[in-house]
Amino acid sequence: MMQIDPSLVDWSRWQFALTAMFHWVFVPLTLGLSIMMAMMETMYTRTGDEHWKKITKFWMTLFGINFAIGVATGIILEFEFGTNWSNYSWFVGDIFGAPLAIEGIMAFFMEATFLAVMFFGWNKVSKGAHLTSTWLVALGSNLSSLWILVANAWMQNPTGTTFNPDTARNEMSNFWEVLFSPTAINKFLHTTASAYLLSAIFVIGVSAWFLLKNREKLFARRSIVIASIFGLFFGLYTVITGDASARNMAQVQPIKFAAMENLNYGRENAPYTVFGFLKNNADEEILKDTKLKIEIPNMLSFMAYLNPHAFVPGIVDLVYGNKEKNIMGVNEKIEKGRLAIEALRVYKEAKNEGDVTKADSAMNVLNQNYSYFGYGYFTEATQAIPPVKLTFYSFRWMVYLGFLFIILMIYFLYHGIRDTLGKHRWMLVIAIIAIPLAYLASQAGWVVAEVGRQPWVIQDLMPTFAAVSHLEVSSVKLTFWLFAITFTTLLIAEVRIMLAQIKKGPNHGGK
Amino acid sequence: MFENLSLLTLQQYWYFIVSLLAALLIFLTFVQGGQTLIYRLGKTELERTLIVNSIGRKWELTFTTLVTFGGAFFASFPLFYSTSFGGAYWVWMLILFVFVIQAVSYEFRSKPENLLGQRTFDVFLFLNGFLGTILLGAAIGTFFTGSQFQINKLNLTQLPQSGSPIISQWTGPAHGLEAVLNLTNVALGLSLFLLARILGTLYIINTVEHDKINQRARKDLMISSPLFLVFFLWFLISILTKKGFAVDPATQMVYLEPYKYLHNFLQMPIVLILFLLGVILVLWGIGLALFKKSSRGFWFTGPGAIFAVLGILLVAGYNNTAFYPAVNWSLGEETDAFNTFMQSSLTIQNSSSSHYTLTVMSYVSLLVPFVLAYIVWAWRSINKVKVSEKEVEENTHSY
Repeated sequence: MMQIDPSLVDWSRWQFALTAMFHWVFVPLTLGLSIMMAMMETMYTRTGDEHWKKITKFWMTLFGINFAIGVATGIILEFEFGTNWSNYSWFVGDIFGAPLAIEGIMAFFMEATFLAVMFFGWNKVSKGAHLTSTWLVALGSNLSSLWILVANAWMQNPTGTTFNPDTARNEMSNFWEVLFSPTAINKFLHTTASAYLLSAIFVIGVSAWFLLKNREKLFARRSIVIASIFGLFFGLYTVITGDASARNMAQVQPIKFAAMENLNYGRENAPYTVFGFLKNNADEEILKDTKLKIEIPNMLSFMAYLNPHAFVPGIVDLVYGNKEKNIMGVNEKIEKGRLAIEALRVYKEAKNEGDVTKADSAMNVLNQNYSYFGYGYFTEATQAIPPVKLTFYSFRWMVYLGFLFIILMIYFLYHGIRDTLGKHRWMLVIAIIAIPLAYLASQAGWVVAEVGRQPWVIQDLMPTFAAVSHLEVSSVKLTFWLFAITFTTLLIAEVRIMLAQIKKGPNHGGK
Repeated sequence: MFENLSLLTLQQYWYFIVSLLAALLIFLTFVQGGQTLIYRLGKTELERTLIVNSIGRKWELTFTTLVTFGGAFFASFPLFYSTSFGGAYWVWMLILFVFVIQAVSYEFRSKPENLLGQRTFDVFLFLNGFLGTILLGAAIGTFFTGSQFQINKLNLTQLPQSGSPIISQWTGPAHGLEAVLNLTNVALGLSLFLLARILGTLYIINTVEHDKINQRARKDLMISSPLFLVFFLWFLISILTKKGFAVDPATQMVYLEPYKYLHNFLQMPIVLILFLLGVILVLWGIGLALFKKSSRGFWFTGPGAIFAVLGILLVAGYNNTAFYPAVNWSLGEETDAFNTFMQSSLTIQNSSSSHYTLTVMSYVSLLVPFVLAYIVWAWRSINKVKVSEKEVEENTHSY
């Protein structure tokens, strides 16, 4: 039997990463801007001030451009689970398919239907119906993100599930556990809050550009006030939910947590590394040392367990085991995983032979060891270590930028309310620079989430390499480049169109 | 209420829903059909703008239906999702690709600084309309003609040192593209393309207020309608007369049965009536537009397309039929190898989700009437004024 080609796994991962990251360029703005537009249109409906309508329409034009390319990049992702990760689709499709279907039925239809009313209904439906449509676009896009993030969270922390050896797959046993798993809740709140922050930065940056050009001052000030209130609130919320996410990660994905901090050896009173460089360790090939580091004492223990003295396991403890702390090593897990895999084979064989006793005993072994099933596919313990460097640096940049943005929000809220926005022109320049930085921070967050959880596609149950489709590498390479070229071209077109629309300004809103 | 239904009933319910979504999708490809008519019906920039703005307000609906169809199929029949998408890779990838380039084209085509120029985006729209419908048709054709793949769930117990744990293995030569070498698949592909075009013409006649465009649309209908009939009858006769993939309900063994799809129609008279009603409505709508000069043909042909496609898909999966057959003719019919190969075929019973998941999803399906209700409301609100030069100018958002 043919073995899996490692480069097939790599190219499949590259393709998924490429399409997911492109998609995520457009999604956060959709999530936040839709709400801000609805807030602006609410101001228009309540005051009757035509200027608010102009402001609303200007942002709607940008929203429409961004939405179209967001949709274009999104459709690939849904189908890629089947096209490129077919084994995954069977192994967990019974659970994973549901949120994707619910997203379509409950959210995406709402978003797309009312989007048409929002754009084409200004003179055709009543003011109230139009405002409702705009709010429903916002609700629909955010519900969309809920279901997708529930699906993603389930991969990181597979709850509400049992393995059925007769069908040889995982099956949903409790929908509410899937929906309300703490990982899902944290992920949804953290991701959407950060998307709102990004959208606020976008609105402030664009408005700052108008102020620098001495144009559209009323428009810019009103947009900045709405955006900075929104951004400050959700910026702070991003910090709170990020903190909760880290604590959840320490529980369900301890090695991801250790990789994120480059914590090699577990310890009590573990400090948090604010800053540092990673260098390869001279003695241990698998380890890296943190150089030039700045630390906050006891902070990591507190982050993980709300106890400044708690023991935080390191990479070495998790890979090789730590008897004293009752941590099982990966080799032992590999053995248990193989027992489970072999038990599945024996169970199937016994079923075919009609041997009930043999089937029952195999089922017993399978149940006892199933939680290590995925480890059975590993050949060595070190395979369980995620890429440390990328996870470590991505996490830090996400955090630095996050705090910078909160300061920015406070500044713009203060000066927006006091009408002193032009006072420091260099701050307006920083607001513009903050736009690409916000996108970087957002992507970095996903790198932490998705690279940090490697080698797993479903935590402990299925390694990424066992999830691929049976394809030739050349096919996947070809589609990778097809999408790389197409999406890059469309991105360039999108940015140019956006810039041209921004330059026209709100007085030509929508045309 | 759903939890008390049998697994088979839930499987049938979900096969119905997925088929209905596919039928709605085919109806909504009037957008794709219209995209292939922009330059044929619009000779000036203004005329083209009117056409694009009439079909362009509905593109999200088709797109959303495609996404929901995919999601619903995944949730209810995951083994199909993993086998067909991962196996017939190139067919699905090309379908997706032409939808990717469509999604941006409306919004980008007439905007300044759009990098590629309006013409390119119009070509994207054409490609989506042309390839999207034909490939979708060819893919649906394989529900009757079969594909080359093998499924072995025991592969999961292969360790990477000794083999591959992937359960679905495609053995077809071109990862799905071989579907277009089968004439029955091609006939269905062309039928769906021409049906989309007919629906597109009828939609434009229904919504655009412009005499010349309407005249040209009727002229085009004179060509596409008879062509559609030729290919559709070809497809229909070929599936009704061929051997179909039957399932023995007692043993779940798959075998070839002569005239299986004809039998299915005859043994399920409601499906037959649904199908015939669909065909009559399709023709009725075309007749209204051609001979009565009515603009309401779309409202007959559209629902007709939904009924007819739904009938065809139900025949592919109900009444103990394998809806996604695994077949390798080169093994020689009636040999053991051929029969063994065929046992990988997907039926609604061996490819579905668990009772629990189907139950959960059935509760979610109760939302569908609400979704349809607001879609109808939005459709009527936007379409109550016909698309004309004045209407497009007054609108602050145009393509």
